Amino acid sequence: MDGVIKVGMADLKATSSPGILTTLGLGSCVGIVLYDDKSKIGGMAHIMLPSSRIANGNNINDAKFADTAIDKLLGIMTGMGAKLTNITAKLVGGSQMFTSKNGSNDVLKIGQKNVDQTLKILQEKDIKVVAQDTGGNYGRTIELYSETGVLLIKTIGHGVKQI
Amino acid sequence: MPLSFEQINDSYMDILKELGNIGAGNAATSLSVMLNRRIDMSVPKATIVGFNELESIIGSEDLLVAAIYLEFTGDIQGTIMFVLSQDSAKNLISLLMGFEVNSEESDVFSEFEISALQEVGNILAGAYLGAVSMFTKLTMKLSIPSFAFDMIGAVLSVPMIEFGHLSDRALFIETDFMYGSNSIKGDFLVIPDLESYSIILKALGVM
Repeated sequence: MDGVIKVGMADLKATSSPGILTTLGLGSCVGIVLYDDKSKIGGMAHIMLPSSRIANGNNINDAKFADTAIDKLLGIMTGMGAKLTNITAKLVGGSQMFTSKNGSNDVLKIGQKNVDQTLKILQEKDIKVVAQDTGGNYGRTIELYSETGVLLIKTIGHGVKQI
Repeated sequence: MPLSFEQINDSYMDILKELGNIGAGNAATSLSVMLNRRIDMSVPKATIVGFNELESIIGSEDLLVAAIYLEFTGDIQGTIMFVLSQDSAKNLISLLMGFEVNSEESDVFSEFEISALQEVGNILAGAYLGAVSMFTKLTMKLSIPSFAFDMIGAVLSVPMIEFGHLSDRALFIETDFMYGSNSIKGDFLVIPDLESYSIILKALGVM
């Protein structure tokens, strides 16, 4: 695909219009999409865990955690000319890919935890969440069209939608 | 004290590969017995992969796969996944049953087919861990298998997130199982958690 910027797992990128950002196969991870509809600058982060506080060690990858990824992405986007007060968010992913028959398994429920925590962090940072497609038990591939702000969500067996 | 990936040198990798070889050999034998067919396996690969370069070992993250997921706990812990393409999974089921399975339901895989695949995953993982256990004298318990038919990136996000706490990379011990001219090709992934490496290496007396 031409002009499409790929965001990997534990990765984040930003683009100006008409760039397209995509991340493939979001499972229990969460795709955070930030967009300024005035400057048409968009950003995408594919986070794995909610908070960098649990990280041990000193070489922290900012894009891996919701809190640090949001800060970093906001920094990059405002650096490109986006205005903080114009930026809104969309959340995708956080599904439970596998169900455990023998009761509760915390690891398998990480998706829901990721979504809850990310919502809380966005609220703390005063960023409005305008749309959300989270949960379920299936994977999602997303594409952000920075020209329009439309976020396309593709799934296997659960259709295609726009939010 | 868990080893960091920087401390896992080539000779440790060779040992982990050899352990993979023993485990996978036992798993291939059990699959062969189950199907009453000759099953080939590749030499296991042990690779340390960064989360953002997942594509390099599994192909595109939106590749559609049937995945059987198991966890093992005990002296060492980690995740086992048996990953097949849709065609491979269907071929494996018909070989197992001895007849073509036509799914009339709207879902790609029927409940019956999913159970069959889960059981294959269970037997393979059991055989693999059995060999590892015999060799290392470590004991571990296998979880009940789960199944997903979805994008490989989404499926692998589950074990990756477990690693996310400690590292930006994970170690995969990978073996391909093949039958016929690739009519069935499965990817058997063992992803031990970070604490387990030093335990394995100590149990083998190399650390």
